[in-house]
Parts: sequence; C-alpha cells; structure tokens
Amino acid sequence: MASSFSPDQKKAEDDAEVQSLRDGDLRATETFVRNHAPWMLALARRILKDEAQAEDAVQNAFASVFQNLDSFEGRSAPKTWIHKIVVNQALMLLRKRNRLQEEPIDDLMPVFDENGCRFEDPWTVLETPETIFQQSQAQKHISALIDQLPDAYRVVLILRDIEEMSTADVADALSLSEANVKVRLHRARAALKRLLEPLLRGDAI
Amino acid sequence: MSKKPKSMMRRIHGMMFKLPLMITCEQFEDFILAYLEDDLPKRQKMLFEIHLKMCRECREYLEAYRTSIELAKDAFTPDDANLPDEVPEDLVKAVLAARDT
Ligand SMILES: [Zn+2]
Repeated sequence: MASSFSPDQKKAEDDAEVQSLRDGDLRATETFVRNHAPWMLALARRILKDEAQAEDAVQNAFASVFQNLDSFEGRSAPKTWIHKIVVNQALMLLRKRNRLQEEPIDDLMPVFDENGCRFEDPWTVLETPETIFQQSQAQKHISALIDQLPDAYRVVLILRDIEEMSTADVADALSLSEANVKVRLHRARAALKRLLEPLLRGDAI
Repeated sequence: MSKKPKSMMRRIHGMMFKLPLMITCEQFEDFILAYLEDDLPKRQKMLFEIHLKMCRECREYLEAYRTSIELAKDAFTPDDANLPDEVPEDLVKAVLAARDT
C-alpha cells in the first residue's frame, strides 16, 4: 500500500475507511477486503505454511476486525491493528495443531569445547546477500530452510526479524516472557545460520 | 562441522579467555542478541568487543550470523509491491457473507 500522501491525508483516509466499515457500507467493505486480503494472506501463510489454514486465519481475522470496529480507536494505523489480529488468529490455529511446543534444536546450535571455546570452521568465503540473490532459486531455497525450523523458533524469527514486531508484542502474542522470546530468537537465528551455511560458503543451490 | 583434534591454538585460547577482561566464546554467544540490539551494559559491551577482536571463531561466526538474518529478511520481507492482487474469490465471498448477516 505504498502511498504518496502526507501522514495527515493518510490518517484522514484511514478514518474514512474505518467509518464506512462501521456504517456497514457493503461496497466499501468489499474494497476493504480486496485491499487488505493479499498482505493478510501472505502473513498468515508465512506463519502457518498451509494455504487452507492461512485462508481460515484471514477469514477469522476479518470477522474479528468487523466485530471490534467499535473498539478501534485510531491511535495506530488500521493496518497495524489488523496485523496484530492476523498474527493472533494464525497463532491460534497453530496452537490448535499443537505446533508451538518447544522442540529441541540442539543439533543446530553452536558447538564449544570444554573450555568454552567455539568450534567454527574457517570462513574463507562469506557470500553477500547480493551475490546469493543472483541465483534465481535463492528466495525459495531460503524460505524453505526457514520453514525447517521447529515452529516454536520459526514463529519468533518471523515475527521479530521479518515482521519486525517488538519483543514485547511478540511476547504478548505468544504468551511468553520477553526473556524467553529473546532466547528463542537467538536460537532460531543460530539454527538458521547453520542451515544457511552451505549457501553462505558459496555452494550453489 | 568437524571437531578437529585440540590444537595448540585452541588450548592457548582456552587459557587466555580465563584472564581478566576476557570472556569465553560461550559467554560471548549469550551476549550476541543484546549486543546487536545495543542493549548490553557498558562493561559487558567492552568485554564483548575485546573478545570479538581476539577471537577469529567468534568474529567469523558473528559475521555469518548477521548475514543470515539479512538473508532471511530479504527472502521473506513483506513487500506489498510484490504481492499478488489475486484474492481467492471464495474467501472474499465468505468474508462478505459473514459480514452481511
Ligand atoms: Zn570466541
């Protein structure tokens, strides 16, 4: 939704959008659904890794948006508010599948010797994102590697590093302490680094 | 990653990281997240940076760690310009039908 409007104009537009939804204007509602559904679906897909469930999450999210229109106070942009709702709906479905249990990812963690010294093979080559993304399959390959992380870690990585939510908001959404979110984020990143290592060391996909 | 036999260098590191103002790689590991968020208290930040200077393993590890975060962001970043406009019609219909009742 790139917009060249000034913040004031954007705000006025957002307010008008929410107001026409409150009025129950069906045409405005349809426009609203078509405008927001694509990014909501993309977000739900990232969290759930399942098309049908992603659509369910988005449908539930719209229902929740409409139900709570009156309590939306316009202190944040509607998109921020809707984002939170989609995340919560998607996480709810993920929880239903029992997929948020903490699973061990020890195999992907860094290794130290008995003195606390790190084992790390020398990096003679460290590719940059620019060179890696020159390979046409890079994006797909990296998404697939992220998807290999256990959900409890993957979700934290997606919400913090990709969706750029705050630690506090992620803790809230997952009912975890902030300290726990930080631990999981670090482990998720360390595990992902291990999974990405061949790519980073210059192996072709 | 292969565990090589313990080299002389590794033994020296092991001893060195026990000296004052030194932390081990394992302690370094625990500081990484806070360091990247600029959340480390002054003294720990200093210890972290000393270790970073002295330890090839952690320096390269951190570089790769950072690059992989970038890769994840770039591969997955929500980019509205790249979103398909297609919304499944069933979904739109279901949402509107639910709204109508
Ligand atoms: Zn080290």
